[in-house]
Amino acid sequence: MKSIIKALILFLLIFSESYGDENLSNEILKNLRCLVCQGQTVHDSNSDFALTIKSVVKDKIKEGNNEREIYTFLSEKYGDWILLNPPLKKNSFLLWFLPYLLFFLGIIFLFFLIKKPKIRP
Amino acid sequence: MKKINYIIISVLFSLLFIVLYLSLGNEKIYNTQDLVGKKISEVEINLFQSNETFNTKELTNNEFTILNFWASWCGPCRKEHPNLVRLSKIKNLKLIGVNFKDEKDNARNFLRENGNPFDILAEDKNGKNSVNFGVYGIPETILIDSKLKILKKYIGPLNINDVNEIRKIVKK
Repeated sequence: MKSIIKALILFLLIFSESYGDENLSNEILKNLRCLVCQGQTVHDSNSDFALTIKSVVKDKIKEGNNEREIYTFLSEKYGDWILLNPPLKKNSFLLWFLPYLLFFLGIIFLFFLIKKPKIRP
Repeated sequence: MKKINYIIISVLFSLLFIVLYLSLGNEKIYNTQDLVGKKISEVEINLFQSNETFNTKELTNNEFTILNFWASWCGPCRKEHPNLVRLSKIKNLKLIGVNFKDEKDNARNFLRENGNPFDILAEDKNGKNSVNFGVYGIPETILIDSKLKILKKYIGPLNINDVNEIRKIVKK
């Protein structure tokens, strides 16, 4: 009985670890652009390039690299173009902050539009 | 109050116009411009003719090196091969050929038919090692200097203009 429980625990440990790796791998692959495809992520593509990157990402996870390290490795090799979430840099500053600026200006605009003029007695 | 609204609307439209105008000039396809100036990885590559490996660190002994990723099944590789043969005649330039996801016999036949321009012939059976060089298809060619710095990266087959450009770079 004890040996069965031990085997079961071992199985669950192995299963949960590989399941976790699989989840992390999928998460990373969904954030990578397939360079040879039209608007597809590496996760969604079955191109030769995507299959190689999938395999490399799995290897990197097995080697103990975390998500950020894998993104850094791939952007060093292929440039930031491979990342669907480009990092905040000088040339991507506008990309990151323009939506917030537009949102802020929109609120001011709405504020003035909705605000009714005070009726003076 | 109306004046403020006009100002805000004008600012919003101006910003939108600037963003759209700037993005018109952006290339929407992958290019290797960002990689020029970076150093290639120091990695071990399997040699084609033996079970030994070769470390890219050894390339620091060469003044200039070309890393060419090719395969016998790749049509454009066949097209660019005469240009690699031309480049192999330049004295201060070493050519490293990395045979990519290929069958050894086919690769050997390819080189027998078209000539072997490579000083070192390596192989990447599953394509994983080529990721270290930012390769995403073949043929691809990387020109590096003795500090392992990427001077130029060519995607697709080398043409005669590329050969002349490489000649100019290595003659400087």
